[in-house]
Amino acid sequence: MKTVEEIKSAIKAALPGAVVEIAPNSSVSGQHSLRVASESAFAVAKFLRDDAELKLDFLSNVSGVDWPDSLEAVYHLFSMEKKHGPVILRMHTVNRTDKVELPSLTPLWRSAEFQEREVFDLYGIVFTGHPDLRRLLMWDEFKDYPMRRDYVDPDDFDYEPTAHDEVLKRVQAHQSAIAGQASSEVGAWV
Amino acid sequence: MAVDEGLKIELGKQGVFVTTIEELYNWGRKNSIWPMQFGLACCAIEMIATTMARYDLARFGAEVFRPSPRQADLMIVSGTVTKKMAPQVVRLYNQMAEPRYVIAMGACAISGGPFKQGYNVLKGIDRYIPVDVHIPGCPPRPEALIQAFMTLQKKIDGQSLTGEDRPRHLNSEAQGEFPVPVQGEHDLEPASNPGVWIVPVIIQ
Repeated sequence: MKTVEEIKSAIKAALPGAVVEIAPNSSVSGQHSLRVASESAFAVAKFLRDDAELKLDFLSNVSGVDWPDSLEAVYHLFSMEKKHGPVILRMHTVNRTDKVELPSLTPLWRSAEFQEREVFDLYGIVFTGHPDLRRLLMWDEFKDYPMRRDYVDPDDFDYEPTAHDEVLKRVQAHQSAIAGQASSEVGAWV
Repeated sequence: MAVDEGLKIELGKQGVFVTTIEELYNWGRKNSIWPMQFGLACCAIEMIATTMARYDLARFGAEVFRPSPRQADLMIVSGTVTKKMAPQVVRLYNQMAEPRYVIAMGACAISGGPFKQGYNVLKGIDRYIPVDVHIPGCPPRPEALIQAFMTLQKKIDGQSLTGEDRPRHLNSEAQGEFPVPVQGEHDLEPASNPGVWIVPVIIQ
């Protein structure tokens, strides 16, 4: 298979306007990935799928990543026909709060449909062009994004008979919260 | 009124069979517990194994797994109850006809188990519906489920039809329907049913 540098120059040759850079991986595996701007991501992905030499016809996995200043979607592409891969495609949102749109690649690979729904559900990335973007694992009324680092899970540590480590800390926080609530209620009555 | 056990055997030798309505009623009920056919996770595989030839739950009169809650007497909560699933479990329990019983099977169903710190896992189904028998284990072996069945049979056998501790279906004042939790913006609302579950006191 072509190296990431060769793929990048092939993309540049076919799509002169595309913004592509290489995100190096210094580990032993050396699986460098292609970071594309969200505006050109769909065209780049279409090229990777249809190019005669690459033929990346199989999308194996879509992941979400929560960065301090943006959200990221990572796509792992393989070729069934050429028996090579993976080519890793990454794209970033502008920020973590209001500009969280990325282009959906479901029109190119049908297997992205549920995985993009899952990323939307757990990270809150909105995939524009997705045919059916609903929550997948959590219920529709749910408002939070559980896999984000700043997610606060519900405080249901009211009964922990064998608490230790993390759970013990949560139990103590729960009990002090209850004690604070009770004393404020007493204060209201007095 | 219970019949003296020795007298009963003596009378039986003479060809006289003595019993009480209560005994006969409970004997019939305890030997025809029909479970509801539903499973939530890997514990369900053990439950299925319990019904198959090797462990043969049919010996206890409980092999008829009913596909409808209307026909079932027993709900075996076999597996992790997620917060997305919990309202459906409570709704199914509400749809069962009295008398009805619940076995919470496995670590997840009784406490959340290995997933209890997960944001989407309910810490025990006994927060919303009354559980008769809890079985620990991950998953419990079929023998443990059979033990739970026998415990439940003993419990049914010991129920008196009158008095304060009579079963719920004979008590017109007992609560029959259990509120289904609402899936809220951050968590299930309420987080537990205080009529069913009060926070147990931990004695150190």
